Amino acid sequence: MRTPVTVRVQREDFDLNGEVAKLSAGRTDIGAVVTFSGLCRDEAGTLAALELEHYPGMAEAEIERICREAAARFSLQAATAIHRYGKVKPGENIVLVVTASRHRQAAFDGANFIMDFLKTSAPFWKKEHLGDGTSGGWVSAKDADDTARERWSTK
Amino acid sequence: MSTVNLVYFSWVRERIGKGEETLDVPAGVVTIADLLTHLKTLGEEYEAALEHENVIRAAINQEHVDHREPIAGAREIALFPPMTGG
Repeated sequence: MRTPVTVRVQREDFDLNGEVAKLSAGRTDIGAVVTFSGLCRDEAGTLAALELEHYPGMAEAEIERICREAAARFSLQAATAIHRYGKVKPGENIVLVVTASRHRQAAFDGANFIMDFLKTSAPFWKKEHLGDGTSGGWVSAKDADDTARERWSTK
Repeated sequence: MSTVNLVYFSWVRERIGKGEETLDVPAGVVTIADLLTHLKTLGEEYEAALEHENVIRAAINQEHVDHREPIAGAREIALFPPMTGG
């Protein structure tokens, strides 16, 4: 069976429990579900919001490609990835990844893999809006994110 | 001469001052690298946006490519900085 993969790029928030329920509904073969959600931090009180820009079409396609690669590599039984765009305030959700597998390690690894590749190859960009009303500029890409992705090619 | 739709994101979009445009591709512009060189001749805003060519990422028809990729047959070429999603 082709692994069910759900990908959405949306302005509105998502419901973590609802997504887990949808992914596992009617199935008795799943032994492990891992969820990762990424939230907006306030950066020690200085940040008012992040504005997320994306490349419509490519963003969905790239996340789907990453999820399919993870599904094949870790024999996942299901995967869901949701990424928001627009303005997100501190404490609010940005991204959700849910993976399911027979045993826990594959679900953990699959979620980790999806996030590492999503950060470096899904076309999203974050701009900071500061508490004093000014723009903090575009967030710079981190070398640490490239390093996190590279480790999957040596395993 | 062929035409291609160009789309820009993040600070590349802001510096160029528009999100998309249609370009007549001159003869001799074969790869993404050639395209970047050509765009930089179009004005200061392009020079500012594309000054550090090595950090500029490109996609052809919504798939990542490197700067050596030929652009023949491209309907849409996107130029953008390194991604910061997640």
